[in-house]
Amino acid sequence: MSAPSRSSLNRRRFATQAIALAGATTFGLPALAAKARPEKEQLKFGFIKLTDCAPLVVAYEKGYFEDEGLNVQLEAQANWKVLLDRVIDGQLDGAHMLAGQPLGATIGFGTKADIVTAFSMDLNGNAITVSNAVWAEMKPHLPMKDGKVAHPIKADALKKVVDAWKKEGKAFKMGMVFPVSTHNYELRYWLAAGGMNPGYYTSSDISGTSKADVLLSVTPPPQMPNTMESGTIHGYCVGEPWNQQAVFKGIGVPVVTDNEIWKNNPEKVFGVTGAWAKANPITHVAVVKALIRAGQWLDASMANRVEAVKMLSKSQYVGADEAVIANSMTGTFEYEKGDKRPAPDFNVFFRNFATFPFYSDAIWYLTQMRRWGQITEAKPDSWYMDIAKKVYQPTIYMEAANALVAEGKIKASDLPKTDGFKGVQTGFIDGVDYDGRKPNDYLAKFKIGLKAADKV
Amino acid sequence: MELVNKLFGSGAAALRDPRELGRAFVMSVGVPVIAFAIFLALWSVAASRIQTSLGAVPGPAQVAEQAVVLVKEHFSEREREAAFYKRQAERDKERIAEDPSYEPRNFQWTGKRTYLDQIVTSLYTVFVGFLLATVVAVPLGILAGTSKIVQAAINPMVQLFRPVSPLAWLPIVTLIVSAVYVTTDEPMFQKSFLISAITVTLCSLWTTLINTAIGVTSVDKDLVNVGKVLQLPLATRVRKIILPSALPFIFTGMRLSLGVGWMVLIAAEMLAQNPGLGKFVWDEFQNGSSDSLSRIMVAVFTIGLIGYALDRLMQVLQNLVVPR
Repeated sequence: MSAPSRSSLNRRRFATQAIALAGATTFGLPALAAKARPEKEQLKFGFIKLTDCAPLVVAYEKGYFEDEGLNVQLEAQANWKVLLDRVIDGQLDGAHMLAGQPLGATIGFGTKADIVTAFSMDLNGNAITVSNAVWAEMKPHLPMKDGKVAHPIKADALKKVVDAWKKEGKAFKMGMVFPVSTHNYELRYWLAAGGMNPGYYTSSDISGTSKADVLLSVTPPPQMPNTMESGTIHGYCVGEPWNQQAVFKGIGVPVVTDNEIWKNNPEKVFGVTGAWAKANPITHVAVVKALIRAGQWLDASMANRVEAVKMLSKSQYVGADEAVIANSMTGTFEYEKGDKRPAPDFNVFFRNFATFPFYSDAIWYLTQMRRWGQITEAKPDSWYMDIAKKVYQPTIYMEAANALVAEGKIKASDLPKTDGFKGVQTGFIDGVDYDGRKPNDYLAKFKIGLKAADKV
Repeated sequence: MELVNKLFGSGAAALRDPRELGRAFVMSVGVPVIAFAIFLALWSVAASRIQTSLGAVPGPAQVAEQAVVLVKEHFSEREREAAFYKRQAERDKERIAEDPSYEPRNFQWTGKRTYLDQIVTSLYTVFVGFLLATVVAVPLGILAGTSKIVQAAINPMVQLFRPVSPLAWLPIVTLIVSAVYVTTDEPMFQKSFLISAITVTLCSLWTTLINTAIGVTSVDKDLVNVGKVLQLPLATRVRKIILPSALPFIFTGMRLSLGVGWMVLIAAEMLAQNPGLGKFVWDEFQNGSSDSLSRIMVAVFTIGLIGYALDRLMQVLQNLVVPR
């Protein structure tokens, strides 16, 4: 009997039994499902030194991977491009990825490759920081409330600074972490909501600076503070701990968190190649199971978050000081030095169905790729749907989640009853609503950005 | 005594006079110790005044403290490793009790490489790279020294490639190794290790090559002529005449090569993110914690000490091998 047929048989039986058992949590998994060995037991996953790699670290440190019979090695990567390339050429089995990376790879923006995801790692977790000098120029234009700056801070105040710089002939530059990164789209969204053009990508301009009021460029997250300090950029959008680091080092001020730009926006995913997912279905489900448990553990209590901060501060993971990581991970966020405000949703790892790969999340990223010209021509709504279905794999997620429900590790109520869409979403900083089923209508609502058949 | 002379050169023998001995001791031990103490004092004074974005520059005390922490981390990581193997054995036992047909897994521990592990990795890599370089450079150097044609043939290439920085070789080596070295799941060598080692080879073989060639050309002409008169075969000529005279040159070349190789390796590891001390430095720089600078300085001292130790090692070897 050949290996693939055996595993597919196991998987079929495993799935039916898991479904039969969903809800019946009185006894453990059926004997056969427990014996279905992962096709690949030695795995190497990549991550970038950011606090939102936490699900991977927790799954490793708490032994959740071991529980699934996997021997995982976690390896920090130099930057997002290296990470993606290494997943594509098989040096890594999977990785902590930006939500845009699997989508960008699939539509062929940058390196073309077939990458899929069955697990969304977290919601929110980023912020936009500007240098002290820019903050000093911005602050007079900001509305105050109770002696403190009123939040959320809109980009209108920054526009006045950028316009003043333009008169002096100075270019305003900001850093983000990758062309298809959530940070790039969030930063652009925020700037455009404040009336500035963050620049378009064209077939000849792959740096995305055509017609730009603010020049955006790529800098690896850990180098953001240093790059800003040296004056190469005047602000940046990045994940933690690099915004809080700027406060601690006294070199910059975080002005807005991405949760304020778009409430509960999806941030990172766990990506693998399509070929890997086909070849290792049992392994894939096992990995997702371990990661769901890690997400659940992270959101279960504040004590767990404190423990997670300790793990992340180890030098082989994020390695920054505990105090810096703890700031955002334990529900507060410091803007100006001393202006610490509660931010309970700065990092969401499990609540609000954070781990489920929603099609509507994928489509939002695709709309932003179209809005800024990374997708060069108009596409029908059905195309957006097809790409989302190709990349996001909720069925694998549900298989893993149902198995966990059957084992009594999570509650059935932790799983969404959904067709993959969150319905009409509100909570954007510019008040524009988003319906994932109508991407082209959504694009038409923006003043700045490409819509319909626009060309730059 | 014989051996001591051999190892440390002659010079110790002349010291019979106690006053001379005392003076020699002051010169060889006292002065360096005092100078180093002054250096440490200056460092601690200067360090506290320079504020970087990672806090003040660490002084000697903080660096020493981090050195201890790094060693402690090594042992705590080893404990975690032991715990992992224990857990695995228990798991396997349970599973076999449930299901006798179950084949136990023997996973390798995948925890962090500790500082000491990184040192060992770097040393291993530099020696492999250096040996490769020696194996290539010495025969080639002998050929170039004995034959004018070969010398003329390889001279332009040596001149061209010798000044190339390791960082320029690295991408080329990386691409070629990735393309040529196709591995199964459990390769004999890690790609990253090969890339680092070959980069070291490419950068460190030139000095050995040039020195060997010079050594061979400077062999006493009378001896060479004797060899010709006796019509010795080439192998014998190399073994009996050329090598003994050229050996000091070859060793000098190798010593320089090893020094270059060690320097290159750290840079290569840093850039390619290959395991070793270079990666340790880069990771700490990326971490940006308040201890990072001290840890990087620990690494700097370690790298310096190891470089010095390697140099001494070559010197000792040279004294053993080269007849005085």
